[in-house]
Amino acid sequence: MGGFPTLLYKELLRFWKVSFQTVAAPVMMALLYLVVFAYALGDRASAFPGLSYAQFLVPGLVMMSVLQNAFANSSSSLIQSKITGNLVFMLLPPISYVEFFGAYVLASMVRGLVVGTGVLAVTVWFVDLRISAPLWVFAFALLGSAILGALGLIAGIWADKFDQIAAFQNFVILPLTFLSGVFYSIQSLPAVWQTASHLNPFFYMIDGFRYGFFGASDTSPVASLSVVAVSFALLAAVCLRMLRSGYKLRQ
Amino acid sequence: MTIAIEILNLEKRYGALQALAGVSLAVAEGEFFGLLGPNGAGKTTLISIVAGLARASAGEVRVMGADVVADYRRARRMLGVVPQELVFDPFFSVRETLHIQSGYFGLRRNGAWIDEIMHHLDLTSKADANMRTLSGGMKRRVLVAQALVHRPPVIMLDEPTAGVDVGLRQGLWQFIRRLNRDGHTIVLTTHYLEEAEELCDRIAMLKAGRIVALDSTRNLLETFSGLVLKLRTDRDVLPDGLQAEMLPAENGRFVLRLRDYDALEQVLHRVRESGAAIKELELEPPDLEDVFLRVMGKH
Repeated sequence: MGGFPTLLYKELLRFWKVSFQTVAAPVMMALLYLVVFAYALGDRASAFPGLSYAQFLVPGLVMMSVLQNAFANSSSSLIQSKITGNLVFMLLPPISYVEFFGAYVLASMVRGLVVGTGVLAVTVWFVDLRISAPLWVFAFALLGSAILGALGLIAGIWADKFDQIAAFQNFVILPLTFLSGVFYSIQSLPAVWQTASHLNPFFYMIDGFRYGFFGASDTSPVASLSVVAVSFALLAAVCLRMLRSGYKLRQ
Repeated sequence: MTIAIEILNLEKRYGALQALAGVSLAVAEGEFFGLLGPNGAGKTTLISIVAGLARASAGEVRVMGADVVADYRRARRMLGVVPQELVFDPFFSVRETLHIQSGYFGLRRNGAWIDEIMHHLDLTSKADANMRTLSGGMKRRVLVAQALVHRPPVIMLDEPTAGVDVGLRQGLWQFIRRLNRDGHTIVLTTHYLEEAEELCDRIAMLKAGRIVALDSTRNLLETFSGLVLKLRTDRDVLPDGLQAEMLPAENGRFVLRLRDYDALEQVLHRVRESGAAIKELELEPPDLEDVFLRVMGKH
């Protein structure tokens, strides 16, 4: 066994040591979203019959937290190591690029899932929720967090400064998650925006995840899972290729 | 003779910049080897390629017989590197840092050795302190400890004493010297030439990506340096025909570079012959700084 278990452990320990910032804060943020949106828009009709807006909202918030935190974990960890220079400690040992990828993505998934579980655990006190198909919930949470973990790793490899990570986060990840149907069903959108939403891979992650809760969704969960799985395969391939070539990591 | 580090026709280009222009070098097992050169000569690039931190544009590098690209796992296990920059991970304590570094090499039950390294480097009292709270000198020691967690036979130190106070520098060298006595091969780059002179068996001097001198420290001192004679007489000029190279005068004293003691004999003889009286005389033995300046000037 090489350096993989230790690199994974290091990545987990890193976010756990600052868990107020990496776990508690995003849970709090999701709770605030729920309170503000559910109360402000509470009388708005839900997308699905028999569901309140708050019920509709919670799975979206959970998945949004999973995705954003998975991305934040790998991207911030790698850019910090690059900028402070301690990346050298991971480049000197005999750690293969596959182990490197696995450890960073897996740690991101764990952080995403921990935060997601936290959001769920807090929101169920306020909203009556049931999970009708837990396997779908699990599948989308795992794949979604893996996608964002890989995307965060790509961003971390590519970026030379924190500012670029922030730009990636605010101009790519945030709009794509907000416009993916977290706060609304895309059926309530004009046709052109519905079509646009179907081009957004985040839409399938949220929609499929929500299917696991309600057994209802905008698109078939099988189709969503296919899009999500292919997205992960593509991003993983890109990321592994970057790591293998040593792009921006080994001169 | 077993070769610890073997470098063949190594080249590295960064765009238009040729950082290494065909370097070949072999460091024997157990050697204390010095890599000298001005800033930008390619020392750190060379170390980075041996360590796998940078990729060569051409050429081959082997550590204890293992190719650093094709057989990188074995090569990296054989090598401990102390980087030049004072880097650390602010999330962890000294002990955590060392356990994590050890785990990266697949060694997960290494506590006894880690305790021993911390003891030798005077880090035991700081074992549970966060890296952020350590002084620069302490951080430097942790870097050395990190390079040793997997007991590598070959250790490379990139300017390990830059910015380190004298006391720590001495302690660090004692420790490195002991590692060398225990059989470790040491490769060192430094700006402190007296350190290289004192410690290294053999020295390579690099300039603009090429090796411009490569020999035992003793041979380099003998071949390049000679003696420096500082002399004051009761005259304003020295007689002609001296077997010496005139250097700029210093505080009213003539400064001459001599090849050897025969040349000294000849110079003193000519001075006396001219009728001048010697008022002050100082003879300096060769030092590496002199060698360094001469080699760098020549190329």
